[in-house]
Amino acid sequence: MGAIYIDPAINRATVNRDECVECYACYYGLSTEHLNPPFVRLVRKIFQLGRLRFDPEPDVCPTAAFEPEDLQWPRVVRRAFSDPRATHESTGVQGRGTEEVKTNDVTGRVQWGEVGFTIEFGRPGVGVWLHDIQKMTWALAKAGVAFEKKNPFTLLMSDVSTGTLRPDVLDEKVLSAIVEIKVKVDQTQQIIELVREVEKDVDTVVALGVGTRCDEKGEEKLVAPILERMGYKLERAKTNMGLGRITNLAEKKKEEQPGEIPSETR
Amino acid sequence: MTNTLHRYGDAESFRDDYIVFATPSSDKNDENSIPKLKRFLELALPFKPVSIGDPVHGGTLRPSRDLHTKSNWRRDMTPDFRTVIEGIDAPASVVAIFDNQAAAKQFLKVAMEANLGLSINMSASIEGVKECCKFAGIVRHSIGYSLGFEGATDKLPNGQLLKLTTMCGHGMVSASLAKKMIDWVKEGRRTPAQAVTYMARFCSCGVFNPARAQRILEDARKKME
Repeated sequence: MGAIYIDPAINRATVNRDECVECYACYYGLSTEHLNPPFVRLVRKIFQLGRLRFDPEPDVCPTAAFEPEDLQWPRVVRRAFSDPRATHESTGVQGRGTEEVKTNDVTGRVQWGEVGFTIEFGRPGVGVWLHDIQKMTWALAKAGVAFEKKNPFTLLMSDVSTGTLRPDVLDEKVLSAIVEIKVKVDQTQQIIELVREVEKDVDTVVALGVGTRCDEKGEEKLVAPILERMGYKLERAKTNMGLGRITNLAEKKKEEQPGEIPSETR
Repeated sequence: MTNTLHRYGDAESFRDDYIVFATPSSDKNDENSIPKLKRFLELALPFKPVSIGDPVHGGTLRPSRDLHTKSNWRRDMTPDFRTVIEGIDAPASVVAIFDNQAAAKQFLKVAMEANLGLSINMSASIEGVKECCKFAGIVRHSIGYSLGFEGATDKLPNGQLLKLTTMCGHGMVSASLAKKMIDWVKEGRRTPAQAVTYMARFCSCGVFNPARAQRILEDARKKME
């Protein structure tokens, strides 16, 4: 984000709070020494006066200057969607992550003939204002698309049927956020075209992921041809091997109830 | 989060990037999953992964909260695999990263035979994964394609920087640090092996591939994109 800079007025490192997405990379990612700050500044000044290059380890904060802040709503939303280590109980948001096809072999989240989209805003490393994402959720809702209920971004919506976000979070900036939807295979092209149209009005990057089921031979010949026809060169994918099974006792009992159709697993 | 899916590069650039991960699903198979997650990583070790990690505590290289100043000259840059495995204390995805297909596919076969009951995924080039599945005798269940980056792509850094930064899917490796590391390698201030460790410590789940990063830095030394 480039949110940290030396403020020339006070000659001290300062955080631009508008741009800071509360990812905490500065706090958790940097190693720390615990040197005396005036001493560190003096040493740096001496080197600077001698026009000598100061060449310390680049991932070390010598004075352990960063301290976590006790964030309040709505700013805490920034951290929930930016810091992968964040505990989300305090935010009411159940993590920014989503299981999508990673656990599809046990959840049956995306069934045969369906396509799960992950539309991720702000990634990689650009960030996004939530009011920008609302442009997309409005358009998707208007197209009759259902948002994934178990996705943390859906939990920020005050009206899921229209894709409207809570008004108090709109002016928050996050590192990235994933809108997750599921449609039928024959809607794939329509959704991608819609995303392409709306992203012209969104001032950030979008990373698109498309998840689907393979057939009984492990092949996927429904969605890939659509994507290739649309000009995508498919290079990389995440593949679920189908090795998972339900082992939690409560869930197993549910599956064993007579007359109920078990979720699709293999 | 789709933290391994959107790595930047073409299929050829993923020749040394095979990520295998095990994921417990909330309410489905997360009970008593911690020993299984540890077992998964234990099974990976004989195949010499270049990194392993868990999203709660990190990878094999981690920041230190209490460095001594002399570490500026004598820093321990040895990856610590044992700490990752012993530290797993919550049901979450754990990951093993390999820099060659032979090791990845053999591990995949062993992980399948271990019958842990967790969801196991591989993130790599599409063809690379297909070959691994064929070797292990696995019929793929589901697939998640990366369609790359769209929208305001003028805000993105160049390809070499993207290849480095997108190896931490959570975005913890900044483009400015990656740029600095390329510059330092070109200036001879750090070796690629040293520069990689600085970036890897920011990756909070251990999916950053140090072997691929080292290759990218070596390439960048002679040719900037």
